[in-house]
Amino acid sequence: MTSAKSAKRINDINNKNDRTNREGLRGWLNPIIYGWERVSYWFQRLTGIFLLVYFIGHVYETSSLVSGPDAWAAMLEMTQTIGGHIFLILVIGASTLHTVNGIRLIFTQSGQGLGKPGRPDYPYDPTSVNNKQRSGLWIAFILAAVAMLYGANVLFSGE
Amino acid sequence: MTSDSIKNNNINKNNSKNTTKWFSNITLLRESQIMKIHYITGVGALFVVAIHIMMRLIMPFNMSLEFENVILNYKNVFYALLLESILILIAIHGFNGLRVILLEIRQTQIWERAVNILVIVAMIGIIAYGTRTIIIANGFSLG
Amino acid sequence: MNIFRKDKRKKIKNEIPLEIKRSNISTTSSSNKSSVKLRVFRINAVKNPNDVPHFDEFHVPVKRWTTVLDALLDAKSYQDSSIGIRYSCRMASCGSCGMKINGIPRLACYTKISDLDTNTITCEPLPNFPYIRDLVTDFSQFFNHHRSVMPFIQNKKADIPNVNELTEYEQSPQDLDKFLQFSYCIKCGLCYSACPTVATDLKFPGPQALSQAYRYFADSRDSDKSNRLKVIDTSHGIWRCHFAGSCSNVCPKGVDPALGIQLLRSHLLGISNSEKKIAKLQDRSPNSYREEEEEEEEAD
Repeated sequence: MTSAKSAKRINDINNKNDRTNREGLRGWLNPIIYGWERVSYWFQRLTGIFLLVYFIGHVYETSSLVSGPDAWAAMLEMTQTIGGHIFLILVIGASTLHTVNGIRLIFTQSGQGLGKPGRPDYPYDPTSVNNKQRSGLWIAFILAAVAMLYGANVLFSGE
Repeated sequence: MTSDSIKNNNINKNNSKNTTKWFSNITLLRESQIMKIHYITGVGALFVVAIHIMMRLIMPFNMSLEFENVILNYKNVFYALLLESILILIAIHGFNGLRVILLEIRQTQIWERAVNILVIVAMIGIIAYGTRTIIIANGFSLG
Repeated sequence: MNIFRKDKRKKIKNEIPLEIKRSNISTTSSSNKSSVKLRVFRINAVKNPNDVPHFDEFHVPVKRWTTVLDALLDAKSYQDSSIGIRYSCRMASCGSCGMKINGIPRLACYTKISDLDTNTITCEPLPNFPYIRDLVTDFSQFFNHHRSVMPFIQNKKADIPNVNELTEYEQSPQDLDKFLQFSYCIKCGLCYSACPTVATDLKFPGPQALSQAYRYFADSRDSDKSNRLKVIDTSHGIWRCHFAGSCSNVCPKGVDPALGIQLLRSHLLGISNSEKKIAKLQDRSPNSYREEEEEEEEAD
């Protein structure tokens, strides 16, 4: 290419929204091949959006209080079903995972638990992707499972 | 590359300098300040939501959802304040998170401005709607 | 780098045995060559912007130490000379041969066929870089992001025009260790390809640029921290990193860009002590030694 053509191409790439070969949203959907931190990123996003949707729905459903006991009872009839309980169990799991992983991310994104810079040598293992900070994610999964079991027990036993 | 082409090709250059719209150059908060708020509201929400959930467990779950018991909760000023703080903290944290996700999807000026405005409007809207419920329920008279 | 499979490359003590049982690559005799199927992504975006990409397949002979780059060059030499490949040093030093190999961004010269444990090797251009031709991609956006973080020492206190030629900054080994690993970056672009934010956000500088911002921020010779931090403290700057860790997982030189980015965030959040010791400028000219000796003699 001549220099004029290459300059034009560079200009096109920089100024236009040149998304050629950008992975796009597909780039968000491969949590396994890059390690546990990518899995954490994926779950944090998923649970965050899920909880936001739940929050909006929850604020709306509790507003039926102001219409009196009949409206409240009608709302309970709709939500206190098996499907409603299962949904609530998922909410419990999602909120526990999002919370514990979020605390882990507050620490890691502040540089805690990632090791210190040094002089890398073969096989060039990065210090930041270590099991110490990853264990926060594993604990989040375990706590979410425990919380879901406890929630299921409370919801389905009615106590 | 020459220094001129470096300037022209700098993707991080603020392109809004040439627009005349009044809201184009407004920067209320730096991004680092917004993220500090995001972290603080997240941690704060943890505590208040934990108390909110525990209130459902101090009596049998089904009984805690009866209309009279729920209204009694709302009539307690401290609990009403707790609910208000949950509303504010979670609305800010959640909608800021949504804003982050939406800003990463597209980067045109119109999209970014629309996302910022809609998120703030949604935040205020849901806080207002929830506060309405709290105030009315607090003033509810039983029987 | 599937989290459920152990990466052989990382284990020094478990060297690849002479007999590789799970692949059809035989190593007992040099004359007993095996072959693998190479699927190469083909596109000519410069000549025809509307060109439809496709894969061409080649069967190439491999030996124990054959790298993906060797296989590609074999295919280019003996089967299809039109394959577009960018390479240079062949020893993971220049960063030219970055490409997506079996779904993960890697350096072709640094990836042995035997390590991939499969008979089919799929070579695609690095994601998140515009196509030029076949496996060659355009790095202009990548380099622009790199330039935007001002990747050079800035020290307004150094009066460069009037400084003696034999002047140097005094920097201890401990000062050097704070940023040395980030200076090992070879700008291969693998981290930029792996990053999930770069996949959608055109304005995000990417892990390479942000880790270089930290490299210069942490350098004690650099005193100008505020301009660089202002550039990255934006809605599409450092805060769009979510510590997905993919960049550090694919980096071939151990630069660990994720570490640099999180350390820089800690400074922006005010958690780390942002007051760093700026290196002193030392005059190393012969005259300065004489003056120092005279001062010592006078003191005695």
